[in-house]
Amino acid sequence: MSQVKTVLGRGIPLVGNDVDTDRIIPARFLRCVTFDGLGEQVFADDRAQTHGQHPFDQPQYQGANILVVNGNFGCGSSREHAPQAIAKWGIQALVGESFAEIFLGNCVAMGIPCVTADPNTVKQLQERLMASPEVPIQVNLDTMQVNCGDFSAPIVMGDGAKNMFLAGTWDACGQLVAQADAIRKTAAQLPYLSWSDVVA
Amino acid sequence: MSKGTLFDKVWDLHTVGTLASGQTQLFIGLHLIHEVTSPQAFAMLRERGLKVLFPNRTIATVDHIVPTENQARPFADSLAEEMMQALEKNCQDNDITFYNVGCGNQGIVHVIAPELGLTQPGMTIACGDSHTSTHGAFGAIAFGIGTSQVRDVLASQTLALSKLKVRKIEVNGTLNPGVYAKDVILHIIRTLGVKGGVGYAYEYAGTTFEQMSMEERMTVCNMAIEGGARCGYINPDAVTFEYLKGRDFAPHGASWDKAVEWWTHIRSDADADYDDVVVFDAAEISPTVTWGITPGQGIAINQPVPLPNDLPAAERPIAEEAYQYMDLSPGTPIQGTKIDVCFIGSCTNGRISDLREAAKIAKGRHVAEGIKAFVVPGSERVKQQAEAEGLDRIFLDAGFEWREPGCSMCLAMNPDKLQGRQISASSSNRNFKGRQGSSSGRTLLMSPAMVAAAAITGQVSDVRSLLASQ
Ligand code: SF4
Repeated sequence: MSQVKTVLGRGIPLVGNDVDTDRIIPARFLRCVTFDGLGEQVFADDRAQTHGQHPFDQPQYQGANILVVNGNFGCGSSREHAPQAIAKWGIQALVGESFAEIFLGNCVAMGIPCVTADPNTVKQLQERLMASPEVPIQVNLDTMQVNCGDFSAPIVMGDGAKNMFLAGTWDACGQLVAQADAIRKTAAQLPYLSWSDVVA
Repeated sequence: MSKGTLFDKVWDLHTVGTLASGQTQLFIGLHLIHEVTSPQAFAMLRERGLKVLFPNRTIATVDHIVPTENQARPFADSLAEEMMQALEKNCQDNDITFYNVGCGNQGIVHVIAPELGLTQPGMTIACGDSHTSTHGAFGAIAFGIGTSQVRDVLASQTLALSKLKVRKIEVNGTLNPGVYAKDVILHIIRTLGVKGGVGYAYEYAGTTFEQMSMEERMTVCNMAIEGGARCGYINPDAVTFEYLKGRDFAPHGASWDKAVEWWTHIRSDADADYDDVVVFDAAEISPTVTWGITPGQGIAINQPVPLPNDLPAAERPIAEEAYQYMDLSPGTPIQGTKIDVCFIGSCTNGRISDLREAAKIAKGRHVAEGIKAFVVPGSERVKQQAEAEGLDRIFLDAGFEWREPGCSMCLAMNPDKLQGRQISASSSNRNFKGRQGSSSGRTLLMSPAMVAAAAITGQVSDVRSLLASQ
């Protein structure tokens, strides 16, 4: 399990509020039993409609690994296909004004930090990335700062998620499984387990 | 911080411990899975050599990909067939009960769990599907989760979660004729916004919800997520108990009395503390339709598409995007908008009471020329019940198609799709760009009765005028 303290690289701006998971990965691409190949289909319809002008198609943003978005990003369905598609395209961290809750939880479980910043910071970052796509950008979870060229601003992340990234415990599965005895103890105290066994 | 609410009580009862990150390890009483978000989770389990810890607390069905016309196997879509086989195999290998097509209990996961009595008050419920909030109608705390979390529940029957705040949404009074549960939730979302609920669980309280049937309560809780709230719930009461009594997995005999006592005890206390309270008046709610590309872009049926200047500045960019995508001009009435396709179904409004309300409008009338209208029951049981009541005949005589159960054109992962720029009147829950299977297809959300009215008139219509002329 790896710690995630900083993500350094190049940024890609995606402007707009309420970008939903159906736009991130349209439902027809969910007809699959693995997440492989989703990277090519990320934003498929938006990209087709913008004829090469979508940031994910523009040559200057190829190889970028930090996505800068606006408010309520990832709203809609619980499909982990959405963050998986973004990650498989190459994104390793997101900076945004706000994120939908299930999307955020999915990203944490995948080891992809999503940090929030005030609207002005996000605007500054997006404008800088549009003006100079090659400028290095860094998301630092130790100092809770984002740096983009000579611009620097504070970022925010819930303590729970932040601790998991810094300690390298973002993949909760192992920790959860290790508590088997405590889990059984909790289960034994729930009255409904005895009166509603779901096995037919 | 909330105190003494049903949410607090259920949370505490299901807490296994606190993780190093500060998150809570929460026991999940009922886990529901389906074909779209589970195959990768089972693969992750296999990779890590983990087993399903409580196989008898997971129930599977298939809903998203099933065709609603020809259900013969193998499915015509080889990708859908592959997903189906993966689910069949995963359930078999892991001793998980699977309600497959044709067994009599198959249907949309959020329709079948309540009708089988699997969903009960005081439970924690998780499913790899955002509309898991539906089950909150019973006073359960029900979360939509992603695939990595489906893996976590399979492996440990627990989730790592941070506690939510609780907002009480009180609606009081009697709904006017022609105003349904769907209108109530669309009204709440348009008022509080699509991200108003982020970080909250919604407790729906007040006399309006107390008067609602369980199916109506499910419609309301179903769309909590469209308002940004990960779960929504209603305190269990006599209506809840009456609904559950005698269902397959509901407690029986002596257990029933114990259950009712426990269910009553976990209700929010009269003096519970909430993080926030919002109050609505039922009388102010009209039949509501969406005009845009988020479920929050709703208006009363007799209102025009809003002008940019009438909207808060923050909402203008997405409104501009919506005018363009929907090809609707600000300031024009929504009523009278011509429709191409009418869809009645989904986990929001595919239950028997929804079909009954729609059939009332369809009865003795006919679908307008050039309109494709179809009804997709939420489950095999709903279909059977509707047929026993003759609702299928009413729809068929009126020119609707009568289909097999599934998610269908709610998200169009099966063959039911909009074509090109077609515009639909839909009883489902999402009007996102491209949601119904065409990247330029358009969706207007409304109650099932309003969809039936649109089918009959060929345009967005006020269902009250059709009710009046009956
Ligand atoms: S009916 Fe629609 S919203 Fe409900 S589970 Fe199916 S696809 Fe999801």
